Formats: sequence, structure tokens, C-alpha cells
Amino acid sequence: MTPVYEPWDAARGAEIIAEHSHLEGATLVMLHALQEAFGYVPEPAIPLIASALNLSRAEVHGVFTFYHDFRREPAAKHVLKLCRAEACQAAGGDALAAHAEARLGIGMGNTTADNRVTLEPIYCLGLCATAPSAMLDGRVVGRLDEARIDALLAEAQR
Amino acid sequence: MNVRIFVPRDAGAIAVGADEVALALERAASSRGVAIDIVRTGSRGLYWLEPMVEVATPQGRVAFGPLTSADASAVLEAVITDGPHPLRLGVTENIPWLKRQTRLTFARCGVVDPRSVEDYRAHQGFKGLERALELTPDAIIADVTASGLRGRGGAGFPTGIKWKTVAQTSADRKYIVCNADEGDSGTFADRMLMEGDPFVVIEGMTIAAIAVGAAKGYIYIRSEYPHAVEAMNAAIQAARRAGYLGERIGGSRHSFDLEVRVGAGAYVCGEETSMLESIEGRRGIVRAKPPLPAHKGLFGQPTVINNLLSFATIPFILAGGAKAYAEFGMGRSRGTMPIQLAGNIRYGGLFETAFGVTLGELVDDIGGGTFTGRPVRAVQVGGPLGAYFPRALFDTPFDYEAFAARDGLIGHGGIVVFDDSVDMSRQARFAMEFCAIESCGKCTPCRIGSTRGVETIDKIRAGERVAENIAAVEDLCNTMKFGSLCALGGFTPYPVMSALKHFREDFGPAPTRLEAAE
Repeated sequence: MTPVYEPWDAARGAEIIAEHSHLEGATLVMLHALQEAFGYVPEPAIPLIASALNLSRAEVHGVFTFYHDFRREPAAKHVLKLCRAEACQAAGGDALAAHAEARLGIGMGNTTADNRVTLEPIYCLGLCATAPSAMLDGRVVGRLDEARIDALLAEAQR
Repeated sequence: MNVRIFVPRDAGAIAVGADEVALALERAASSRGVAIDIVRTGSRGLYWLEPMVEVATPQGRVAFGPLTSADASAVLEAVITDGPHPLRLGVTENIPWLKRQTRLTFARCGVVDPRSVEDYRAHQGFKGLERALELTPDAIIADVTASGLRGRGGAGFPTGIKWKTVAQTSADRKYIVCNADEGDSGTFADRMLMEGDPFVVIEGMTIAAIAVGAAKGYIYIRSEYPHAVEAMNAAIQAARRAGYLGERIGGSRHSFDLEVRVGAGAYVCGEETSMLESIEGRRGIVRAKPPLPAHKGLFGQPTVINNLLSFATIPFILAGGAKAYAEFGMGRSRGTMPIQLAGNIRYGGLFETAFGVTLGELVDDIGGGTFTGRPVRAVQVGGPLGAYFPRALFDTPFDYEAFAARDGLIGHGGIVVFDDSVDMSRQARFAMEFCAIESCGKCTPCRIGSTRGVETIDKIRAGERVAENIAAVEDLCNTMKFGSLCALGGFTPYPVMSALKHFREDFGPAPTRLEAAE
């Protein structure tokens, strides 16, 4: 299922931020909520969070950039995350990752030129007894082999 | 009466097709005109059999697995006619892999409906809380201490002492924080419990709150676990509706409420002080200790931080099980440990058993060796910061002290099995690389050391002044071990040093080996 995001809108952004401003230490909660709505955290949202929480813009920027999850620009239509941690390495994950990179013609962390697929590493999905595993747009897939990876890639490229 | 069929909603089962199987069973039932009730449970943890479905029968639940949606119709037929089927596994509780376990923390996982308070109650749920409400805080803590429970996150600190410290620290506000930032590769016990028995976590945290006098708790769950986040939030809402969270819990004078906070892909936030920073809305930078979180923790207030498995074990202990719990185990490691068998393993999954079982029994006997069928060469115990063990050390008993004595750690109980195609210098390099990616950057040994470690191991792998560079890596590991602020930089040397010590032949130019591993 392709995720659907709203285009950035400052009023909508402020509304989302206001929904969470009653929480203690709400910065991460707000960043997550914004990314869920817009697919990324648009630059103009940072000062909005800062003013809602009485923080400096630099502090919010620091939080935003510390965490791997938050995006500064939209991802491709589909995001394929391949687990690159030890349990998946032990089960042949390195070869599968190389296969996916070759098939897509991009390295980990990049997006295909047609903007259809973003390929990302993830460090453990907790599916270590059914390794190697992946997540396509939030859907988990285990016991990957070349055939299953190819099926996922075909699905993502459609 | 409708046939009740249990299908896991555990992410590990969903990843191998449990949702499709549930759908196919429904379709098969409607086309055959039989009424079935599908109950979505957690997983029993026998992952090589997932998706494993169970059917309620007068003899107990009968299991079938591993199913694909194509099997649904024939399995349903076998269920209705009580006939044979090649995937029929017999009464679930009698499956040897499950039967030889001692499931205390995981007693209900895979059995109950994780969305139902009633089902939890029907399976001994809230018995520990009910008893705790009749006890004084001191008596609750005495029970926890008597059980011998030690922190299941890896550090193994006695839970009772931690609680006592918080209880004795006076403050207007105190907090309970559950560490569900299960980032270690090879571990999934927290995820299974959140998805399969979330109320036990709520109950354990509530008991902690009563014991130390806290009114608010947070569960910090990693963002890589969306199913667990959803399950935990649903359980919290259900518990609130049933009066188990909120004002005056169970009609008592105690009030306690919970909130889920979701991480954002930073491994270091599994370190307790970094987690506190993250919950407070800041960069996950590690804090120096002291002050201990028990004195000055979340928002500067006294805070109990325990691993999810520790909290999930509390209800059993408080329901009159302290003595029984302490009777399991060996040495100073009392009770049971939910061990997770992962990686290249034939029978992978969740195996809860008393401390003392040997590594060899776990890997060869219970785990059945590798699924590739090749010989086991190395196992990493305790996640990315745990040591690699060779077969020669397979007599090591699963016990905090025994692993420490062999320069390893049990961590959160994950065991990742590798076959003989593994290149151990590559694994050592990965340990350093992972530390470099995930370092919070506060202390120099971790921030700089990890990057230098990668570069130096690369030189060794390229055959450049091998002996000198190995000495440099060893020196660097010592600096990181003793000079880092937290376990990320401090324990990254474990996998590196153990690989060097036990698999020295993989370091340096050995063209044939390198080619074989590519």
C-alpha cells in the first residue's frame, strides 16, 4: 500500500504541533506526527516547534538531525528497508542487500532516478528468527531469498 | 458452537504470511459454510513453524504449521473432521520444543488475545497487582528482592535494590520508565510480549509504581516496532477503560497512568540515560552517572528504569511466586531467562528456561544447528555489543557471571548463529562500523575510536602491516572499554576482541578465505 501524504501547509503544521503541545518533552512526538502527515519534516516546521515549546530553533534542529528516522525531504513513492544487522547477516542478508542495490542501480540510502523506490538500511526489525527480513512501506517480510526480494522490488517499482 | 482458531498477529508471523493465512481460513470457512471464530494472538515463539495456527479442541489446543494460504482449505477440513494433515503438530503444549521450556514470563504469550483485558484476567492476569494492592511498598520490594530478579536489559542489576533506592528518595514526582528500545540484533522478546501479552507489562509497571510511589510511567518503544506500538497503545486504552490505569486503580488509593513514546531509529537510546533525554524531547546524548536515574532521572525526578522483560516478570513474582522464581537458576542468576535463538538457525525462536543451560545445548540441541546445514562456526551472544563465541566455549552455562568470566555477556538474551562461511574480521569491522553509526558523540573513545577501528581493521583485511595494526586495534579496544561513558563504546570491544582472540586466522591476508566468504 502506497502511503499518502499531505502537501506541506504551515497552518496544518501548526495545528499538528498544537495537538501535542500539552505533553511533557514533546519534541520527538511532534516530529513524528509531522513526518506522518507530510512524509518528511519540512524546514519551516522547525521554528514552529521551537516557538510552541519555547526552545531555540537550533535546539529543535539538533534533535531533528540526531535521529535517523526523520527526513528533511520526501522519500520516494515506496520505501524498502533492508535489515543489515547481525542476525540477518548470518542468514545471507549481505548478499541480498547487494542484489537489491544492483537491481535498483543505487546504493543504500538512495532513491532511484524515477523516484519510485528509496532503499534504506535498518538495524534490526526484531524478526531475527525469520531472517533475513525487510520492511516495504511499513509491511514486514521475513525469510527473504532472491525470489522474494525480486518480488518486493517488482512491487515497489510498479 | 463456532470453531475457535488462533492465528498469531505477531510481527514475526505476519512477516511470513499470518495475515494471508487468517484471510484464507475465513474464505475457506465461508465457502464451506462453517462458522469459525478467528482469534489473533501473539506468537508461541516457534518461528520455524510460523505461521502456526491453533484450534481449540477438548484435548487442548492443536497446532498446525507452517501454513501458507494455500493450505487453509485442507487444514480447515482436517479441523472439522478431526482428520489427519501433514502439517498437524498435535497438542501445542506437547510439542517437545515448547514442553521443555519453563515459561513464567512468557506463560501467556501466544495463548491469550492481546487486545482483551477479560482474557488476560481469565489467565491469571492482574493477580500480582491485586496482591500488591494489599501489601505495603516495603513488602512488595521485599518480594522482588527475594525473587533474585536482575535487570533483563543486560546489566543484571538487582531489581529490588533499584526499586528500594527510588522508594527511599523523597520527591513530589517519581516516574516509571520501561525500556522497550530492543535494538540488539538477535533479540525480539520485548516485541513478542508487547504484541502477545501487553497487559503483563502494564501490570508490572503498575506494581513498580505502587512500590515506589510514582504516578506516571512511560514505555519507550523503538520505531522499528510499529506492531508493538499499536498493540501497547491498544492495551493501555483497554486497561484504562477497565480501571487498571488512571485514577484509583482497582478501587485503591493509587493512581497511575502510562504513555507510549516512540523512538526514532537511534540505537544508543536503549542506554538508559540517553533514553531519558529522548523522552524529554532532546538528542539522545548519554548522561554521566552519578547522579543515578534512581535519584535524578526523568525530568530530574527519581525514576525506576527497567527493561521490559524485568517488568513483565514482576506479576508472576508478586502473585506469590517469589520463592518459586528464586528456586530456578544457578549461582547469582536466579529464575528464568527468555532466550532468543536467531540468525542462521534451524529451530529459531523464543526459549524461556532456567539459567544454567549451556550455550552448546541452546545452539546444537535446542536450536538444531544452522538452517543452511553447514557447521556452526561462531555465535554472538548479547547483541551487537556481545562477544563472539567459538564452539570451544560451548560448555559456557547461560549465567551472567559465567559469561563475564569468558569475556562475554548475556545481554538481553539474544543468540545469533553463524555458519562456517562467516568472515570474522568482517564481523569485527561491522561492530566498529555500527558503533560509529550509532555513537551519540559525547565521549571521544566511542566517537573517534569506532571510526579509527573501522579504518584499522580495513588495513588488516588488506594485509597492511597486520601484526602492528592488530596491536593497534587491541590498544584501541582497551581505550574504548575503559574510557567510554556508556556501554556502546565500552562494549563494542567485546565482539572485536573476541573475534580477534578466537578467530585470529580470519585477520590478515588470506586470499582463499576472503574469496570463499565473498
